[in-house]
Amino acid sequence: MNPEELSYAKTHEWVAVAEQDGAKIATVGISAFAVEALTDLVYIDLPKVGQQVEAEQPFCEVESVKAVSDIYSPVAGRVIAVNDTLPDALETLGSDPYGSGWIAKIKISDEAGLANLLDYAAYQKQCAE
Amino acid sequence: MSTTEPLLKTPLHDWHVAHGGRMVDFAGWSMPVQYSSIVEEHLATRQAVGLFDISHMGRLLIDGPDSSAFLDSLLTRKIVDMRPHQIRYSLVCNETGGILDDVLAYRAVLGDDDPPGLALVVNASNRAKIVAWLESHAGGHSVEVRDKTIDYAMIALQGPKAIEILDSFTPFELTSMRYYTGQLMEVAGVECFVSRTGYTGEDGGELICDADKIVGIWQQLIDAAERVGGRAVGLAARDTLRLEAGMPLYGHELSDQINPVEAGLDFAINLRDREFIGKQAIEAAGKTNQTVRVGLQLEDRRVPRESCSIWRGEEPVGTVTSGTFSPTFDQPIAMGYVKSTAAAAGTSLDIDIRGKQYPAKVVPLPFYERGK
Repeated sequence: MNPEELSYAKTHEWVAVAEQDGAKIATVGISAFAVEALTDLVYIDLPKVGQQVEAEQPFCEVESVKAVSDIYSPVAGRVIAVNDTLPDALETLGSDPYGSGWIAKIKISDEAGLANLLDYAAYQKQCAE
Repeated sequence: MSTTEPLLKTPLHDWHVAHGGRMVDFAGWSMPVQYSSIVEEHLATRQAVGLFDISHMGRLLIDGPDSSAFLDSLLTRKIVDMRPHQIRYSLVCNETGGILDDVLAYRAVLGDDDPPGLALVVNASNRAKIVAWLESHAGGHSVEVRDKTIDYAMIALQGPKAIEILDSFTPFELTSMRYYTGQLMEVAGVECFVSRTGYTGEDGGELICDADKIVGIWQQLIDAAERVGGRAVGLAARDTLRLEAGMPLYGHELSDQINPVEAGLDFAINLRDREFIGKQAIEAAGKTNQTVRVGLQLEDRRVPRESCSIWRGEEPVGTVTSGTFSPTFDQPIAMGYVKSTAAAAGTSLDIDIRGKQYPAKVVPLPFYERGK
């Protein structure tokens, strides 16, 4: 996916929203900036398929050599898919963060959270601060 | 130190910033936590050589006719019998045996003083406390304590190639220098105090020189290190390296609530025919101690961190003091304190990591020991 066309949470998750069978599905990952800042990732605790998630609440954890970090769900809804190739290929988060490094797909139940997301330019500006 | 005070900068601060160092507040100093990948910096040290700016550590000179007797009355190791050039790891304890700091004591021949004076290198976080402690006990002794931290810079070269690189910059025959000794020598044309010491579990040295001379030496050593696969290393990898080497870190494994016996630092205690502050309490602790510092190894990839609780079944038996993902072993390791009944190597325990229990095994320290 083209990072310039994605939406971003202030907490460094990216979101791509697509229509599927009348529902809105959010694909979620973490930005290249976030991966670069974390460095040395060693573990990911993926969310569970079927899990209900709330906007701006932790739903996944990544562990680096130095610290553990929460990943926040940018939207409210239900997890319908997770990228279960990630735990054995964490380097994908860095090499292809906006493609094969996706983390989860969430069927959106409440679109209110989408309004709080940043566009690419606004997110870049936040990262530069 | 209050957060409103500006951070102290080492003489290498600008170099760190120019070379991608991520600067963080460490004990009131702006220090590089990493330049690139912690794992790469760690492995470069294990396989070749890592260069560390450790100028934030406190450097104190203890002079005067009573300097030996004075330090001997405050340190857990014997000082009065130290030979010129000799260095000893020691602890400073309070009356109840609580550890105030772990230090290196140097019988450093720095001039024509006869007998040669003494020096201490103390933790950055404890410098003010130790200076005050020394001064408050100096009464009645003919002794002078001078804090030279700002006047000097200090760097470490650690790894299998460290001595060879340092040796190529000095006329001194460094390869014949004994471990835990140090002396003045020229390095890259500058007078330096070089010791065969370190905090990584590797062979190597530490170098002290005038603050305004360090940038030139550092750059030459970096250039030489990079030719053999070495590099500058930040505080994060310094922490993973010392943890693999089973070395305690003040504020984690050591505090004024912990005595040297439970910390497993018996080698740094000398109780024979001498008196020092904390001796009675340490002697008593040797008979009654209930907790022990241990190493812990985990099979999962979840990393235990400081203050995670340690369990044996339903029984809480201890607390993690440091944990990381070991780059050398590619698995999580930790140190912590557990009840002595749960401390035997091979004991199966569980560590609570963010509300979930993960199996861990007590293993002997150190985790990592370099090949001789």
